[in-house]
Amino acid sequence: MRRVLLALLVAIALALPAMAAAPELRVGSKKFTESVILGEIAVRLAVDAGARATHRRELGGTRILWQALKAGEIDLYVEYSGTLVQEILGGRVAADDAALAAALAAEGIGMTRPLGFNNTYAIAVMPATAERLGARAISDLIRHPALRIRFSEEFLNRADGWPALRARYGLPQADVRGLDHDLAYRGLAAGDIDAIDVYTTDAEIAYYGLRVLADDRGHFPHYGALVVYRLDLRDRAPGVVSALDRLAGRIDETTMARLNAKAKIERVAEARIAADFVAASFRIRAEITEQELVRRLWERTLEHLGLVAVSLAAAIIVAIPLGILAARLARLGQAILAVVGVVQTVPSLALLVFMIPVFGIGAGPAIVALFLYSLLPIVRNTHAGITDVPGPLAESAQAMGLSPRARLRLVELPIASRAILAGIKTSAVINVGTATLGALIGAGGYGQPILTGIRLDDTALILEGAVPAALLALIVQGAFDAAERRLVPRGLRLAAER
Amino acid sequence: MTAMFALKDAAKSFAGKTALAPITLAIAPGRTTALIGPSGCGKSTLLRLLIGLVEPDEGEVRFDGTAVDRASAPRLRRRMGYVIQDGGLFPHLTARANAALMARHLGWPRAAIEERIAALAALTRLPRDILDRYPAEISGGQRQRVSLMRALMLDPEVLLLDEPLGALDPIVRYELQTDLRDIFRSLEKTVVLVTHDIGEAGYFADTLVLLRDGRIVQEGTLADLVHRPVEPFVERFVTAQRGLADVIAQVS
Repeated sequence: MRRVLLALLVAIALALPAMAAAPELRVGSKKFTESVILGEIAVRLAVDAGARATHRRELGGTRILWQALKAGEIDLYVEYSGTLVQEILGGRVAADDAALAAALAAEGIGMTRPLGFNNTYAIAVMPATAERLGARAISDLIRHPALRIRFSEEFLNRADGWPALRARYGLPQADVRGLDHDLAYRGLAAGDIDAIDVYTTDAEIAYYGLRVLADDRGHFPHYGALVVYRLDLRDRAPGVVSALDRLAGRIDETTMARLNAKAKIERVAEARIAADFVAASFRIRAEITEQELVRRLWERTLEHLGLVAVSLAAAIIVAIPLGILAARLARLGQAILAVVGVVQTVPSLALLVFMIPVFGIGAGPAIVALFLYSLLPIVRNTHAGITDVPGPLAESAQAMGLSPRARLRLVELPIASRAILAGIKTSAVINVGTATLGALIGAGGYGQPILTGIRLDDTALILEGAVPAALLALIVQGAFDAAERRLVPRGLRLAAER
Repeated sequence: MTAMFALKDAAKSFAGKTALAPITLAIAPGRTTALIGPSGCGKSTLLRLLIGLVEPDEGEVRFDGTAVDRASAPRLRRRMGYVIQDGGLFPHLTARANAALMARHLGWPRAAIEERIAALAALTRLPRDILDRYPAEISGGQRQRVSLMRALMLDPEVLLLDEPLGALDPIVRYELQTDLRDIFRSLEKTVVLVTHDIGEAGYFADTLVLLRDGRIVQEGTLADLVHRPVEPFVERFVTAQRGLADVIAQVS
């Protein structure tokens, strides 16, 4: 046994220099297909340059990626110049590459030269709608105030998005709401909505034959794609930086739209698309291994269980004492209940984003967020369970001469056990569901296939996440029902049945 | 002979409403005292004062010479047994575990606990097979017997009972009254019992303390109350209860 251990240590010691020699870096991507493909391409180039690169794919929106980059959770990702100028730097810099590079450098971030294509926003409608409205340009929409318009959440709220567009054109539409970008195409095709925002390299434009309205007042800035990276990469992995720069000018609009179409219409895996692209463009040969379903499911299950188990266990450890404290000290109790109640009202996506500066991306912030969400039911039920111990019983325990601590352990907690367990059960089931959102910040789990499935309009992939998540929720519920039979004293169950 | 309990000008009010006016009272050791009076007269508050569940706003309560206060109460309570109306049995414990709870908490050896339980089951005439049932599985009368076992487990000097038979139907109540009186007599402990039933009080107690609106109206034997009422209220209270004919005949 000892010899095996020694051999293992030696092997690790020997492997260490080799591992240290290859710089490790993490590539990020946003939760839309183009970003994922470009992320895969960046990974291939980095690997070819001798780095060990991993891809943290589909990490949500601009804010999450930028924060993760700043925090060093990822080393690089593909961003758009217009987004950098407007959304990240708040329009403080002129929209030329030199000014942008200087402004980014001040933040500790470098950028490559533009990759070639301009993926700007545009407004698109179905051809029939265009005919009916006589609309060729955005200004033609001014005469149609009743249009049902759906925008991606990011476009709806960002400074250079809908607010600026509406002001620029004086658009009168009132029925304007947020909708997931991938779902918007389906809504448009089904005739449920009239107009949506698109990215000009979206594969769906050609697929659905959409009419892209001309930006006749020149509102949308240039959104040239480029790689942003942490400046320390120049020292850590200079080869990678120059390899990424080889992408400059190599992907034009047609190429990008074609790559997007391969993923979204032909359902080719992004890794495969990226490998084919770098093979054709740079003569880089790459091995692509695709995971089989069972293995994929197993890994997702482990990730998901990890998120749920750690966050729930921590919540139980913290929430039960909090509930006891709340029951003991009435005024503090009100404050505790109010605080955990307010935590519950924070939208999960917002909470996840808040966590990033402190806890980075990945499982960490997701676990913290899930932990916070799991507190309320347990604290509340513990508090209720203890305060609901009938007065005569509490008094009998006191009259016996038991100390407060002994009363809690021997009488109050056992009598409250049913309520406490019910609270834990509620938390666990909610936790299993909410944990699917963890995929948005790179925590993996069953949310990952759901996210990818929505993005690719792939129902089978959505079910690959949704069905196990539902099953897990049922299993967790069943497990707690079984635990209740063991943990709740028989006398209490009898009393409840009477 | 010193008093087991001594109250000196002990007063208590709840939310500005007087529950007990300043009361001075001595309860003799080894005897049974009944606190009686109409609802809201303060008799239960008085009992809870004795065991420190309620602290007096003014005045003091002494148990065997020691002031009953927040600090001393937990220790003193182990020398008192306490039984309430519904028994106050813990639903998550069997009858046996209810009775043994405190002894087990204090680390008594298992054999000693079993021996004591057996003795108490015999004393309270509780069938042995009831011991392993939960409170939800036994009758009201049996619950009171278990509650009495629990109160007597540590062999306290004092037994305090708050309307112990109040929730029982007449036949069970009658049986338990008989058994209780036998138990009180055989144990020779100080017993303080709260009841609103003067017949029951007279049946159990050597001394009756009649309260009204937080004040002691009269303290004495049943014969004193019946034949020498100090004010018309005592007379009214004594005669207001039916079925007393036997008891009155017994004492006259």
